[in-house]
Amino acid sequence: MYDFESFYKVETVDEAIEALEKQDEAIVISGGSDVLVKIREGKLAGCSLISIHNIPELKGIRLLEDGTISIGAAQTFYEVTNNELVRRYIPILGNAVDQAGGPQLRKVGTIGGNICNGATSADSASTLFILNAQLVLKSKKGVHTIPINEFYLGPGKTIREHNELLTEIRIPRKDYEQFYGHYIKYGKRKAMEIATLGCACGVRLSPDKRKVEEVRLSYGVAAPTPIRCGSIEAWACGKELKKDFVELFGKKALEEVNPRSSWRASKEFRLQLVEELAKRALIQAVTYAGGEIDA
Amino acid sequence: MLKVINIKVNGIDREVAVQEQESLLETLRNRLGLTSVKKGCEVGECGACTVLLNGKAIDSCIYLSLWADGQSVVTVEGLKSENGELNYIQKAFIKEAAVQCGFCTPGLILTAVEIIGDDRIYSREELRKLISGHLCRCTGYENILNAIEKAKGSKING
Amino acid sequence: MSIGKNITRVDAELKVTGEAKYTADLVPGNALVGKVVRSTIANGVVKSFNLEAALQVPGVIKIVTCFEVPDCQYPTAGHPWSVEASHQDIADRKLLNTRVRTYGDDIAAIIAENDVAAERGAREIQVEYEIYEPILSTKEAMTPGVVDIHKEFPGNVIKNTEFRVGERSYEEIKEAEEDAVEVEATYRTQAVQHCHIETPISYAYMENDRIVIVSSTQIPHIVRRVVGQALDIPWGKIRVIKPYIGGGFGNKQDVLYEPLNAYLTTLVGGRPVKMEISREETLACTRTRHAIEMQTKALVRKDGRLIARQFAAYSNQGAYASHAHAIVANSANEFKQIYNDAEGMQAQCFTVYTNMPTGGAMRGYGIPQGAFASECQADDIAYKLQMDPLEYRLMNCVKEGYEDPHTHIKFRTNGIRACIDKGRREFGWDEKREKYKKQTGTVRRGVGMAIFCYKTGVYPISLETASCRMVLNQDGSLQMQMGATEIGQGADTAFTQMASETTGITEDKIHIVTAQDTDITPFDTGAYASRQSYVSGKAVKKTGELLVKKILKYAAAMVGMEREQLRLVNNEIVDKNSKELVLPLETVATTAFYSLEHSKHITAEATSQCRDNTFASGVCFAEVEVDIGVGKIEILNILNVHDSGTLINPKLAEAQVHGGMSMGLGYALGEELLFNQETGKPLNDNLLDYKLPTSMDTPDLQVGFIELSDETGPYGNKALGEPPAIPVAPAIRNAVLHATDVAIDSLPLAPQKLICEFRKHGLIQ
Repeated sequence: MYDFESFYKVETVDEAIEALEKQDEAIVISGGSDVLVKIREGKLAGCSLISIHNIPELKGIRLLEDGTISIGAAQTFYEVTNNELVRRYIPILGNAVDQAGGPQLRKVGTIGGNICNGATSADSASTLFILNAQLVLKSKKGVHTIPINEFYLGPGKTIREHNELLTEIRIPRKDYEQFYGHYIKYGKRKAMEIATLGCACGVRLSPDKRKVEEVRLSYGVAAPTPIRCGSIEAWACGKELKKDFVELFGKKALEEVNPRSSWRASKEFRLQLVEELAKRALIQAVTYAGGEIDA
Repeated sequence: MLKVINIKVNGIDREVAVQEQESLLETLRNRLGLTSVKKGCEVGECGACTVLLNGKAIDSCIYLSLWADGQSVVTVEGLKSENGELNYIQKAFIKEAAVQCGFCTPGLILTAVEIIGDDRIYSREELRKLISGHLCRCTGYENILNAIEKAKGSKING
Repeated sequence: MSIGKNITRVDAELKVTGEAKYTADLVPGNALVGKVVRSTIANGVVKSFNLEAALQVPGVIKIVTCFEVPDCQYPTAGHPWSVEASHQDIADRKLLNTRVRTYGDDIAAIIAENDVAAERGAREIQVEYEIYEPILSTKEAMTPGVVDIHKEFPGNVIKNTEFRVGERSYEEIKEAEEDAVEVEATYRTQAVQHCHIETPISYAYMENDRIVIVSSTQIPHIVRRVVGQALDIPWGKIRVIKPYIGGGFGNKQDVLYEPLNAYLTTLVGGRPVKMEISREETLACTRTRHAIEMQTKALVRKDGRLIARQFAAYSNQGAYASHAHAIVANSANEFKQIYNDAEGMQAQCFTVYTNMPTGGAMRGYGIPQGAFASECQADDIAYKLQMDPLEYRLMNCVKEGYEDPHTHIKFRTNGIRACIDKGRREFGWDEKREKYKKQTGTVRRGVGMAIFCYKTGVYPISLETASCRMVLNQDGSLQMQMGATEIGQGADTAFTQMASETTGITEDKIHIVTAQDTDITPFDTGAYASRQSYVSGKAVKKTGELLVKKILKYAAAMVGMEREQLRLVNNEIVDKNSKELVLPLETVATTAFYSLEHSKHITAEATSQCRDNTFASGVCFAEVEVDIGVGKIEILNILNVHDSGTLINPKLAEAQVHGGMSMGLGYALGEELLFNQETGKPLNDNLLDYKLPTSMDTPDLQVGFIELSDETGPYGNKALGEPPAIPVAPAIRNAVLHATDVAIDSLPLAPQKLICEFRKHGLIQ
């Protein structure tokens, strides 16, 4: 038996928002794979829950008229991975969330929950960062959209106000078209893992596939929140696909991260991974984009 | 406070009164007597409590019973045919010596049911990923993979 | 003939249908919940409790603290009891303890209506402590002036033993052997946990003035004795029932919470109380595999002949003695037995109390640690001499007919060289060794191997006794009861095959009673030391022979023949010479039951005291790929070849080996219990952070056997249950050495450590 005080199951987004307005301390539960574990641990014991589990409005993945891909916050990892639109346009995201926990967890854990936890280790985070994902938050006051790189404030802390609900994740066409990316989750095992480091890298190549037109690089667990590496991205723009470039890319990544030592991994170890994974993710992204290093 | 939910369990419609705080694992074990559903970690890390929810394998320990209202649940108790014959996946587990202490077995068989139920062909590596939400300390997974491969093969080849 | 056949497990159908009942499946609906209240310090003394708030929590029925339990210390190791005081296990804990010796120590217990009330109650208890600095390493614990963890053991050393083989000391030999090469290294193993998927669980209730305990244990008869000792009540007042269990691996070869559970039911008038130990508690507060530091030296001649070795081991016992010194003594024995020193060897072992969780029995019982040292050392020697480590082993490993000079256990059948040869061929050792000779680049491959030997059961260190009961049914079928326990390894199936082999009754007519109930089941000490097929198997054989005699005697009287003229074959009484049917067994059995002249219920029961032993042995070959930049090891190929005598059921034997190899892989690559070094608080007491191998981390597991029938085994068999876990970790470590030229001297070979070592050795700039 879980130790929570009250449970309020809503059927619509508006009901959820209404409930959040009324219950100052209530916690939103969607798939439950994170909140229930925290309740059992005692961290959230005795809490009040507002369940948005399986609200139809929060489900579905749609291609909007302007080419934006809209992902309902309550889509499970499994549903994201196996969605046709995701497979066709943003396979990196499907691949990333297919590495969260194990198969059973991926059928209940949701992408919205993964984001709202505020964990730097979230498997969706680095990928959504390089896809410039927009998060749609709804409250009594209305709807507002913010870029994901403004969403995270610190470990477990996000910009989401108590009375707001994350309803969808949007990825504009300009951010995925002709853009190829790769996510590497580094864990000590190959499944049932929390990332020691997550690294997503995406590229858009020149038409002749010899130069980088745009690179985006992001990390989870390289800092208290997921991060984008702005300086390296600016530096890499226009560079030729040479081995030296890849090497430097790895080195430069080190300048933008700030991992900490924890019992899970030392700072030195994470820094080694930061450099190594940047190179590997870059090479793989280039390959997906049809390019080749030192071609 | 008890709330009544309606769930189809192993093909039979059931009306069950549950606590709000109850996990599906607890409801199945304690209220419906389906003790094949095992508790191993209570946080979705071992897979012993796996059941099929609308045909998909989930960890019943981190799933609230109230959410199962209106859904269909299968446990291994539901796999035997009416005349008591074992399902061919259960038979494959026996034949391949994939069973030792037996604690992870019911959950793994249900994941196998899901895997074998779709019509795709999987490589051994893909199968490893598909069963990676189950921890087993007895078998090294070797004979479990053999059993799933054999069962899948026998289904495909009729 | 049943031995050697791949019959289906007798419990397989019950387990695939979920019908097999485990302890949790049997708990009465009205059971109360018992929960241990745990210390939040690692070292100190409980001064007082404030229970006021906790007792106000709805549903909390009773709280008992360390100040109220019987003033009675008891041992917990699942060893046979010794009637000699000097051989008895150390009795160093009470049901609840005022002196806190580890983080999460048992200081109070709550009885509540349900889990939530128990949890809430526990959170409300306030404890005042006198706090000491946590002592986590053996080195700290042995520092003069440090606080004593147990007042009975000043200085924290539980035991310090030495032995020597040969006339001269290591230093004397060294002085004489001027040309010898010396190899010196310290090898370290980590604390790991069994991680049986069913966590420990029991429930207890009273029947009149007796206490009944149903528990997930490997050792029901020992639980009965220890509960009696802990509660200071006559042993006959206790009844222990053991249903199916979801794995044990040695953790349940310790008496864990059954005594406290028994005590709690007495506090609530005998109402059933359930104690379900959570996964977190299982990882941090039950038993672990001992972390051992092993300082070694070896002298070898340039041709590879081993001259002498020295071994000094420090075993981190943790908070309570449990199996204590028996573990590290086994490590030293392994080190001694597996190689033949031309001149001699010497060993010294310390077992030291610390504030870590208690080390207990775990699959291999000290041998995996000893083998890690002996096998790393073997490869380090071969590396230094630029010799093939396989040839080094063939030259120096234990010889045919070896007898341990101290325990006098003999290697009756020695298949170790045959195992090495078979593995060498099937694994392709020579080709791979050559192919991966000079690896460069960021991804490198290598092969490694490791060997081991393992005695069977505990004789002559301890008593080996087992018993069996067979009861003939009207239809000529048989009930068989064993005191030995099925814990997932397949014991019930092996015993069924043995009984069939000896009696001539087919397996389908042998109904083994799987559950043990100490009120009913004949005595056996239980599942440990890979002993049951050997020791308890002898009881099956003896009982079976007795039963057959009785059946034939009855049959002979029925037909007016001599007993000696008859045989029981395939459920039929036949003429010994003509092989012709005399009577179906069913006819004999039915007549025996209902004869108006001579009704007799044919049963047999026998105890077999085993005063024999032999060694099993084997080898592991591993092929790895090391990704240097990210510190990862991929196992490309792994093969275990075992010398375990005649196999009772080859298919199940192979499955046992798979499981052991998987446990060895976890030991090698990632499993390790971690603690906050300042507070002693466990850091990874869950299955997300404790890295048990998943299916994706486990390669295909190759298995081979050399079957030499051992005359001391009841059916030519010897130990198999534990051995597979032993050689895997050193084989992988040695493969990494081959691939990278970097010798990692501690387990696990986890990425962060590898990165650090690779950097130190210049593989990462």
